[in-house]
Amino acid sequence: MPLAFLLLFALLVLASVYYFGQHWAPVLAASSLFDPRLKMVLLVLGALFVVTQLALGISLWRARHRPVASSARPLRDWEWIWAGTAAVIFFGLNFAGALIFPVGTLLGPSPQKDSVRVEVTAEQFRWNFRYPGPDGRYGATKPSLRDAAEGNPLGLDRSDSAAADDIVTATLVIPTDRDVEITLRSHDVIHSFFVPSLRFKQDAVPGMDIFLHIRAERPGEYDLVCAELCGIGHNSMNAKVRVLPPDEFDRWLAEAGTR
Amino acid sequence: MPKPIPSPAQADPQTATGGVPRPPGSPPSGSDWEKRPAGKPAPRHRLRRYRLGVGFGVVTIYMLFLGLASAFIIRQSGYRSDDPQNPYVMDWQHIDLPSILYLNTILLAVSSITVELARRQVFLEPDATKEWLGMGRPIARRTLPWMGITILLGLGFLGGQAMAWQELYARGAFFASNPSSSFFFLLTGLHALHLFGGLLALAWAVLTGLVHSRFERRQIAIDVSAWFWHAMGVLWLALFLLLRFGQ
Amino acid sequence: MTVEIQPRSVVSRVFSTHHETIGRQYFWLGLIAGITGMLLSAVMRIHIAWPELRLPFLGEVKPETYLAFLTIHGTLMVFFVLNLVPQSGFGNLMLPAQIGARSMAFPVLNAVAFWMTASSFLVMVAALLVTGGAPISGWTQYPPLSAIADSGPGQGLGTDLWLISVGIFCVASSLGSINFLVTTLRMRAHGMTLMRLPLTVWGWFVAAMLSLLAFSVLLAAAVLLLSDRHYGTSFFIPGGLTVNGALVHHEGGSPLLWQHLFWFFGHPEVYIAILPGMGLTSHLLATFARKPVPNYRAMVHSTLAIGWLGFLVWGHHMFTTGLSPYATLAFSALTLAVAVPSSVKTLNWIATLWNGRTRFGTPLLFSVGFVSLFITGGLTGPLLAQPALDVYLHDTYFVVAHFHLIMGMAGIFGIFAATYFWFPKLSAGRLMNERLGRAHFWLSIIGAYGTFLPMHFLGMAGQPRRYSQVPETVRFLMDLMPLHRFITVAAMVLITAQIIFIVNLFWSFLRGNNAGENPWQATGLEWRASTEDEELLVHRHAYEFFAPTDGEKDFRMQHEAEENKG
Repeated sequence: MPLAFLLLFALLVLASVYYFGQHWAPVLAASSLFDPRLKMVLLVLGALFVVTQLALGISLWRARHRPVASSARPLRDWEWIWAGTAAVIFFGLNFAGALIFPVGTLLGPSPQKDSVRVEVTAEQFRWNFRYPGPDGRYGATKPSLRDAAEGNPLGLDRSDSAAADDIVTATLVIPTDRDVEITLRSHDVIHSFFVPSLRFKQDAVPGMDIFLHIRAERPGEYDLVCAELCGIGHNSMNAKVRVLPPDEFDRWLAEAGTR
Repeated sequence: MPKPIPSPAQADPQTATGGVPRPPGSPPSGSDWEKRPAGKPAPRHRLRRYRLGVGFGVVTIYMLFLGLASAFIIRQSGYRSDDPQNPYVMDWQHIDLPSILYLNTILLAVSSITVELARRQVFLEPDATKEWLGMGRPIARRTLPWMGITILLGLGFLGGQAMAWQELYARGAFFASNPSSSFFFLLTGLHALHLFGGLLALAWAVLTGLVHSRFERRQIAIDVSAWFWHAMGVLWLALFLLLRFGQ
Repeated sequence: MTVEIQPRSVVSRVFSTHHETIGRQYFWLGLIAGITGMLLSAVMRIHIAWPELRLPFLGEVKPETYLAFLTIHGTLMVFFVLNLVPQSGFGNLMLPAQIGARSMAFPVLNAVAFWMTASSFLVMVAALLVTGGAPISGWTQYPPLSAIADSGPGQGLGTDLWLISVGIFCVASSLGSINFLVTTLRMRAHGMTLMRLPLTVWGWFVAAMLSLLAFSVLLAAAVLLLSDRHYGTSFFIPGGLTVNGALVHHEGGSPLLWQHLFWFFGHPEVYIAILPGMGLTSHLLATFARKPVPNYRAMVHSTLAIGWLGFLVWGHHMFTTGLSPYATLAFSALTLAVAVPSSVKTLNWIATLWNGRTRFGTPLLFSVGFVSLFITGGLTGPLLAQPALDVYLHDTYFVVAHFHLIMGMAGIFGIFAATYFWFPKLSAGRLMNERLGRAHFWLSIIGAYGTFLPMHFLGMAGQPRRYSQVPETVRFLMDLMPLHRFITVAAMVLITAQIIFIVNLFWSFLRGNNAGENPWQATGLEWRASTEDEELLVHRHAYEFFAPTDGEKDFRMQHEAEENKG
């Protein structure tokens, strides 16, 4: 039995080290601090994992050689040292994590002048993207006007002059190397805007306008999926994110505006 | 929040062996636990058990209202979001409290005094001894009228709350009219429900006081129902202050 | 004292106020709920791995079926298994015996709490079977999805029944915890000071404290949600929504308010599920390693610390919801604080086994499994608690892996350990079969790791949770299908192992070996020869194991007087 335990824990440790060491995350659309940080944290926690699991296995293995228990020494000092070490490790990790948390860099409006604005509206079970058009203003919307069958899923109020040049699409098209300012909204239940290739997600909460900005660096086609349970179509609520070089993006925007 | 009365063991954890296992063979340390003859319960053992139970019950009821109160405070910052031109208009309308609530508060405060008068009576020596020995019921005679008055005051309070609700209806403020009125009806309604539970407890105490053969039971019934009544009174005071000054 | 006296009609047996009977009733209720939850998860796993497969009785699994099963699986497992069995089940069965009390403090209240729980379970089953379907919004029931009947199938009557069931459960849990707290504080035998309590009792005590404070808040939230659903209020529903093509006539409510209230309850709930298991693990490791718990006091303090911190960390479930980034960082730091008492516990468990003269009985196997699963599941906690990493991993299978290992599997292993250990008390003095027990353990731990370890990789690959089917249009998710199939196969191993357990359970009830007086040579009062002794006096600390001087026994029970010593 002790041998079986030792084998179990050894196998567990080996399999974990091997598989956690693989690169799992999907292809990146922009350089991100996430991947190296995850690797670093996994390394620290993985070391703790290996040590504790093996210690557990060894403590059972040793049982066979010990017919008599040594006297029970209080572990008092030991535990303080251990608690202190654990506190240093975990709070250290947390502090390092807090430093890269995008407080001002991802949430909130972009500081850049040439940023692109997109309004992302989630609904059961699709994503709508709206660009303000040449006038730079989003037109008014009214809940009572929403009608997807009529081609007006956002309830755009056509009588508003700013609404005339708004562009509504079902694919998120963004340029490389320019900040994209997103206003995230939902008009039914909670959804979550998750672009794995950007290593980022943010819930779309009805009743709230959430501002954030993203930046992509590599042209290509990526996936946007919903990450908050929103109903029976939750799993099929996805859209493509097309990242274009800036000049191509400008061409696309101009073309979409004339349609 | 009522704190549990510390048990002897809690008050003095060092009296036992503490964290370090005592070597087998050392004499027992001299705690109260060890000196008291085994198998004999501490005095007022049962009373203290019931009091503690009611205390914990009150804690859990307070948590219910604490949850609602935090929702009350957070919800005030809610805004209408259906009008895009004017998206940040708060939808909370201040609700003026019906003035009868002041009277109700006074009623409830007085009822707390009367129930306390009843509660204090049950422990008065030498009458308690007399009644415990079965020589007449001097305590029952003196407590029950106070209990009756408390029940009447409690009913008065509930009637007063009903009048407050009527007044709001007359003003056109219904449960679903506005979050402020929703919370008003919800908080006062749930409090009234719990207070009604308190009334049932008082009625049970009166009944026990009349019929139960064991004096200890009669004492417990009056004591714990009185404590529960106090707790519901304090709860009302907190809710009243919240409704009055918290919006 | 309420000693049960003998008019043993069927009614008095069924509606018993005797704590041991009530404990057994909770156990059976939990077993039924656990088997149901397990079968639901089997359907879910098969469907996600082979979506085309038609299942007997169910036919084609529709998205709403999957989501309904997901909701009920989560609810049953969290409330009726992980919460109920270790705390109410084994707590009622063993707490009075362990502290030397003749009964619980309030036996009638106890019975009321059980029957409320049982009716809550029936309402939950009704929610699963009702026409219109079961709720599909997960055990967290986030509004507006759960607040608007139009938002999906099952969001009408099904959700109402779910909320009512949970409301009843909240009241029952509060009543039960009052009983636990008063019993522990007031009913202990003479000499049973707080620092002499078995660590199991500390686990129950702190868990009861958490129940007392947390369940009321969930009840408040459920009341608010019900009134949003039926009485036209707007606590959680904001304005300007169109659901299913229709305007929703509410305004100004906040969906995040529900999340705050829910997780203020929800996080302590996680600890309610695991604290009794932690106490039990300490208890069993000491008993089977024949060693005292090293630094008992640290274990008590870490239990209290975990309980206390449990109320301060609910925000870490909400990092991606639009919480203020500063609140996010504060919750993150507080969450990391939980890691400190948890690692004190882990070290203590390993130290208990170190240098022990370990006996490899089945209860020990499951306790070691508990520790291992707790480490594996626990170490991903500090990772998820970092907002920078959580924005990617939140709501992916990484989280599913994390909580299934640390709460689900570890909690279940705790329940199994308790079942094997206390089976003589659960049955009429019988023991469970060791050989079957060992098979159960090895298949279970292999199945558990095989199922939940790979889920980390799904999460790191970006697979969101609660998908009824992997969407064919998303390439990077379709690439994960082989891993999904592997997990399903491992889950089948895990389920097979539970069949062994159930067979063993019933077989042992009828045919199990006689346990004798103190089969594990444990120190607890529950193993004393007669529980009717009038003059029970506790003389010593809970874990007095020592090296035997030739031929002597190596332990002393808590009530053994000094004269008996060798």
